[in-house]
Amino acid sequence: MIPACPLAAVSTGMHADFATVLIFILFGVFFGLLALGIARLLRPHNPHPEKLVTYECGELPQGSAWVRFNVRFYLIALFFIVFDVEVIFLYPWAVVFRQLAAAPGLGLLALLEMLLFLAILVVGLAYVWAKGDLDWVKSLTARPAGEEVAGE
Amino acid sequence: MSGDLAFYGFAALTVLSAFYVVFSRNIVHAGFSLLFTLFGVAGLYAMLAADFLAATQVIVYIGGVLVLILFTVMMTRIPRRGAGGRGLDRFVPAGVFALLLFALLYKVITGTPWAEKAPVSADPTTARLGASFLTDFVFPFEFVSLILLAAMIGAAILIRDRRPAADDGAGGAAAPTGEEERS
Repeated sequence: MIPACPLAAVSTGMHADFATVLIFILFGVFFGLLALGIARLLRPHNPHPEKLVTYECGELPQGSAWVRFNVRFYLIALFFIVFDVEVIFLYPWAVVFRQLAAAPGLGLLALLEMLLFLAILVVGLAYVWAKGDLDWVKSLTARPAGEEVAGE
Repeated sequence: MSGDLAFYGFAALTVLSAFYVVFSRNIVHAGFSLLFTLFGVAGLYAMLAADFLAATQVIVYIGGVLVLILFTVMMTRIPRRGAGGRGLDRFVPAGVFALLLFALLYKVITGTPWAEKAPVSADPTTARLGASFLTDFVFPFEFVSLILLAAMIGAAILIRDRRPAADDGAGGAAAPTGEEERS
């Protein structure tokens, strides 16, 4: 099982796939730097402090942009993490599903297993949806009129 | 050898950006630098033939946990300029905990029998993982789904506004839960 020469393993299969990914990444970085570098050579160079001012609808910016965000953004991020982890479990399943589907009986089992996995999480999604945790403007109506909402 | 070059590239990326995370005075910059640290670790995983781990690192840690960390930073108190000095009262507890952590890591690193030559198998691990999810580990696999369900509902209940009629002003984040999602 273990190849006698590790170099033989390195140059084939999975590592070759990851080498493709690495080449894509390197090319992406290179392309961005190339565009910026050429722009730097071609553009006129007239620095002015007002050019560095934050754009705020053409007005002079007031206060810091670093405001305290509403905790509801965090809730959405937490839901995102849950479904992110779900995708991670979908991924190895999707890799082998085609092979398993060829085997009699096993394909249906694999499909049902993943449907159960997803159904349990859909229950959670339905719960938070029905309870109104996903409603963005729920407390806008509950609050007295004239009060602005933070973090928008 | 190109493998060595890639290893030193990823290792340098990881270590240098980790130094920036630790030494940056701006916590948002530190958070963004953590992206490069996590990416470097993902590259190292890929080089160790742990393809599923590398994909998980990119999707969950870079795509999810990092966003969570940045959101947490955005929701906590904004540091006043010049506040948070470098006094001895900050250095001593930080130093003690850093030393304890270093001692723990040193003990683990020196106490583990490392395989000098890792048996590098070029087979992708993802397919084998998927097959074992569907055959030997069906129950733990479905149980993970229940844990995720509990995490989602727990997060919703923790953050839910318990006083819907209360006038908690523009802050909205009256009680920022400092709890991190374990994942």
